[in-house]
Amino acid sequence: MEIFLQQIINGLVQGSVYALVALGYTMVYGILGLINFAHGEVVMIGAMLALSSLTVLLGLSVPPLLALLFSIILAMAGCMALGYTIERIAYRPLRHAPRLAPLITAIGVSIVLQNLAMMIWGREYHSFPQLIVNATHSLGGAVINDIQIIIFILALLIMAGLMAVVHRTRLGRAMRAVAENQHAAQLMGVDINRVISLTFMLGSALAAIAGLMVSANYGLAHYYMGFVLGLKAFTAAVLGGIGNLRGAMLGGLLLGLIESLGAGYIGDITGGFFGSNYQDVFAFLVLIVVLVFRPSGLLGERLAERA
Amino acid sequence: MKFNSKSKALVAALVVALLLLPFITDALFGRGWVRIVDFAMLYIMLALGLNIVVGYAGLLDLGYIAFFAVGAYCYALAGSPHLALAFPMMFPDGVHLSFLIVLPLAALLAGGFGVLLGAPTLRLRGDYLAIVTLGFGEIIRIFLNNLNSPVNLTNGPQGISRIDPVSVANVRLSATQNVLGIEFPSVHLYFYLFLAFTALVIFASRRLERSRIGRAWMAIREDEIAASAMGINTRNLKLLAFAMGAMFGGASGALFAGFQGFVSPESFSLMESIMVLCMVVLGGMGNISGVILGGVLLAILPEVLRHIVVPLQQSLFGKTLIDPESLRMLLFGTALIVMMLYRPAGLLPSRVRRRELDSDEVPESIGRNQA
Amino acid sequence: MMVETTLLKLSSVGKQFGGLSALSDVSLHIRRGEIYGLIGPNGAGKTTLFNVITGLYQPSVGEFQFNGQGYQACKPHVLARAGIARTFQNIRLFANLTALENVMIGRHVRTRAGVLGALLRNRATRNEERAVVERARELLRYVGIEKPAQTLAKHLSYGEQRRLEIARALATDPLLLALDEPAAGMNATETASLKSLLQTIRDSGITVLLIEHDVKLIMGLCDRVAVLDYGKKIAEGIPEEVRKNPDVIAAYLGASHD
Repeated sequence: MEIFLQQIINGLVQGSVYALVALGYTMVYGILGLINFAHGEVVMIGAMLALSSLTVLLGLSVPPLLALLFSIILAMAGCMALGYTIERIAYRPLRHAPRLAPLITAIGVSIVLQNLAMMIWGREYHSFPQLIVNATHSLGGAVINDIQIIIFILALLIMAGLMAVVHRTRLGRAMRAVAENQHAAQLMGVDINRVISLTFMLGSALAAIAGLMVSANYGLAHYYMGFVLGLKAFTAAVLGGIGNLRGAMLGGLLLGLIESLGAGYIGDITGGFFGSNYQDVFAFLVLIVVLVFRPSGLLGERLAERA
Repeated sequence: MKFNSKSKALVAALVVALLLLPFITDALFGRGWVRIVDFAMLYIMLALGLNIVVGYAGLLDLGYIAFFAVGAYCYALAGSPHLALAFPMMFPDGVHLSFLIVLPLAALLAGGFGVLLGAPTLRLRGDYLAIVTLGFGEIIRIFLNNLNSPVNLTNGPQGISRIDPVSVANVRLSATQNVLGIEFPSVHLYFYLFLAFTALVIFASRRLERSRIGRAWMAIREDEIAASAMGINTRNLKLLAFAMGAMFGGASGALFAGFQGFVSPESFSLMESIMVLCMVVLGGMGNISGVILGGVLLAILPEVLRHIVVPLQQSLFGKTLIDPESLRMLLFGTALIVMMLYRPAGLLPSRVRRRELDSDEVPESIGRNQA
Repeated sequence: MMVETTLLKLSSVGKQFGGLSALSDVSLHIRRGEIYGLIGPNGAGKTTLFNVITGLYQPSVGEFQFNGQGYQACKPHVLARAGIARTFQNIRLFANLTALENVMIGRHVRTRAGVLGALLRNRATRNEERAVVERARELLRYVGIEKPAQTLAKHLSYGEQRRLEIARALATDPLLLALDEPAAGMNATETASLKSLLQTIRDSGITVLLIEHDVKLIMGLCDRVAVLDYGKKIAEGIPEEVRKNPDVIAAYLGASHD
């Protein structure tokens, strides 16, 4: 039972990070019908930027919370600029090109970002500096620490904020209009390019925060961290119904739970044949199962089958 | 239209040059480079296989190297003492099947994986296939890395070694052979083996390209809805392309395992998939000579980088600032972007384009005999 | 109506998108050998109906019979095999393939060569391939674009592209040729020659279903006409009758969005 509760806690924390990243995929997909393959790398860049800034600031004896705040802002700004640039360079010129073209440029962007990061930050793992005394609390036999609590609550707040932006603001309305019908939105005076750019920037800002959360949670950051994380977050988006914001959040949390419970129990289930080192396989299995049985995802209405 | 004497002479010259290539390379650059050329041939085979999937049918497969891995491990398990570790009772000496049996087996196994993976995803939009194959590439690696316990199937990260070398008609390609007084070192022999297989793959690609099946693939690539309105069963044909690509990948993997005598998970990273994709995109999707050009360029490039960039940096800065490996990947990534933006058809203009420019050519080329 | 003269029969077909009803309770029949026109104001559901008949959409309710066989939810390629060929309102050619290849692809459904045939290129495959090329050339000649056979489809002129689409559809040996606004964007001369092409096609025994905006073309060409408005059939009959139908006049006057 303690194991169960512990895995639930871990799963929800991890899942809330997936949800933040999944939102980035789903927003772009909703508007452009494009999988932004490079999104996972944006998360990684966000984590790296924040980490570097933190290290420098703490070295200058800036108070930890101030350093953290500044680093978050820096990472968000950097990622927003990056997201904007990616869209301008790699996607916008190909908006009317055959489907394959933007997919290939997206892969190209991923590779470039990953290797640039490797050149800048090296191949080694960077450890996340300790900012607060990370106290652990006991919860019915399971433990949860402060960082996990902060991550979970912050993620929920950000998601609530995003929903407010999408449903209550002019930008949100424009985004929904473009997602519904680009041509009609344009006729109604919506500046499509601006909305698309802003969507990329918004998604990238979330990615920056998610990157910071992941590295805080694991205490590590690495140039390769974005790839698998991106893959999983994409799975979360598909699970919830790609293009659907609530779906991305639900899918993220669910995937986190599935993964965590799966890793916790796989040994028992398979009689010790598979161990927790197969954790990464779960996301992939979920992806396949969803695509086979419900390609539109849990909350998706529109059928994904469309050429 | 038959070959005229001029093109006949050209083909003959090309054949002679290719036959002499290992000797020339050996004499000019040393034996190490013959090995590099051998690897280049493997990459070309892989790229041609991927070209069927990406170039003809327009399906983006980002985990292509996984099929290569399936083929390689299939060969490794069926041609090494390794299985003696896992099943000492069944195979006290491991398994040592003949190359001619394992090769088709590896191709079929990889093809089977292709069908398993393609069947659920190919009815969906192309992006899903891209991401599922990407995931598959990672999953295969996780399995290869971890299937060393409780039953040691893959030997984990250490990989499987002591793989039987390829032997054809009792000629072991791992040893220097003497034919008519000429010494053929092992790398030369493998070169000829790979050359033969590459020729076979080219032949198959060309025939497929100019067939009812190939046209249906290209129709799907151009416009899936129109293709299905014309009576093409798009799902089955996409699956066929995907499985055929996987089979070519599996066969190349088996050759690779026999040549190298050793396989380990790190040979099958995402970067390898990307590199093969780059070859296809750079040379020209759907265009055989383009893909070959892409394969040659990109297989040789890392060696060139290693031999030029490192010494150059050493002499300029006194140390290696950028390692050739990441520089190579950086170049690949940039190449993918730049090619898609500015030259989506690739470096070599495609067959159709050329034919369009050369209006004199007899259109009956479709029934023409291809070498 | 005698059954054997009916090629296509729709019984109470409806199609909904989300909560919106794009087609409701549409019943009609098309006789063998006629040119059947489908008109209606913009958004009346013509293309939806067309997509249902050609399998691009699955009807929400109802079914249709084609050539004596019932169909309810069917993939486009099955219907193409059954003998329904179509063109698209916004031309959908295989842009990077030549005109000849486009038509050859239309032969796919009537030919058989598989992977083995392609690799071995045996006698049967060679013969089939030769026949495909021959038939494709014939069809290009038939629709009047023989010359640019080796030109990429995307480099053809607009009128040529429209004709190529018809040739490609004809290559599937259809019983019913369904054309979605074939005269859209054409000038008077082009329209006139399209009209005579369609008459030739009909005279060769192929039934034609025509969606058109150009009411004059429809009235001058079709044997029978149906009018859709707001997803419902409001009239059907010979052109003279339909033209005088007060509902039709009202629909066109009241709902003309052009």
